[in-house]
Amino acid sequence: MSRSQMDVTKLKFPVGKQDFISGPEKAKITLVEYGDYQCPYCGQAYPIVKKIQEKLGDDLRFVFRNFPLAEMHPYAMNAAEAALSAGEHGKFWQMHDSLYEHQNALDDKYLVQYAEELGLDTSKFKNDLRNHAYSSRVEEDFLSGVRSGVNGTPTFFINGIRHDGSFEFEPFLMVLKKML
Amino acid sequence: MLEQGTIAPDFTLRSTPDQMVSLKQFLGRPVILVFYPADWSPVCGDEVSLFNHVLKEFQKFDAQLIGISVDGIWSHLAFIKDRKLQFPLLSDFEPKGAVSKLYDVYRTTDGESERALFVIDRKGIIRWSYLSPVGINPGANGVLDALESLDSKGDES
Repeated sequence: MSRSQMDVTKLKFPVGKQDFISGPEKAKITLVEYGDYQCPYCGQAYPIVKKIQEKLGDDLRFVFRNFPLAEMHPYAMNAAEAALSAGEHGKFWQMHDSLYEHQNALDDKYLVQYAEELGLDTSKFKNDLRNHAYSSRVEEDFLSGVRSGVNGTPTFFINGIRHDGSFEFEPFLMVLKKML
Repeated sequence: MLEQGTIAPDFTLRSTPDQMVSLKQFLGRPVILVFYPADWSPVCGDEVSLFNHVLKEFQKFDAQLIGISVDGIWSHLAFIKDRKLQFPLLSDFEPKGAVSKLYDVYRTTDGESERALFVIDRKGIIRWSYLSPVGINPGANGVLDALESLDSKGDES
């Protein structure tokens, strides 16, 4: 038997080339989020992470991995695929932002609209969605999360250790700053 | 909580108003027992929903997933429907908490089960167990690691 209070849960899949990363490679703090575009708690975390990124500047690199709870959130899977498809054309973070800023409008027709606003080739984008071109990538993220002890969304890892505390701005920032 | 190496005590509990489920009917397959405090915890990706999303991975090991709480059967049925759960939730309702007590994962103070996980091998022996702080969803990584080590040991069949 193991009691969990003492041990920590570790990110088993290190940040690498396959990831979408915002911030310098040599940043002192790596924050990984496993999130779902339709999850309201991830929606709450979104502006907080933005504020933290501003506050910590080059000391932070932020990584987003997909953890769609598809049974509960019918639009989450396609939204995740949409971000990856946009990512193929260097627009991952822009799409990511659009999705979190419009969490109540995530069906395919809106996804295409966001793609259009970002200047993406919408016929290719529609094809990607229709063929689920990025579903296996999403699955990979999901499984890497499961194996790392992601226990809901959002789950954060700070320098590879699962953060079980609050993600309210002040306490979250304080924990992150301890890494500096 | 019961330790690894212990024979998992058999039990029979209700899964629907007219259906009973016994542990022994799964002999020959690994079983994952998820004890949890209560239906309807107000978060996305609560423990039961998370495990529901990982079901496909558990099935790769031919494992049967079973949830147990002291909630009544009608609560379970509504919860299953709401979260689209594809595995049985058993009702440890009468006498209340009897099976949780049998596995030594009952919180008398709250009258609820602990947040506890057991992986039982094909012969009915507890091979792994985990007690989580009641407020922290343990995730599914420990269960998958345990199922993997069952297979690598090849101690069954």
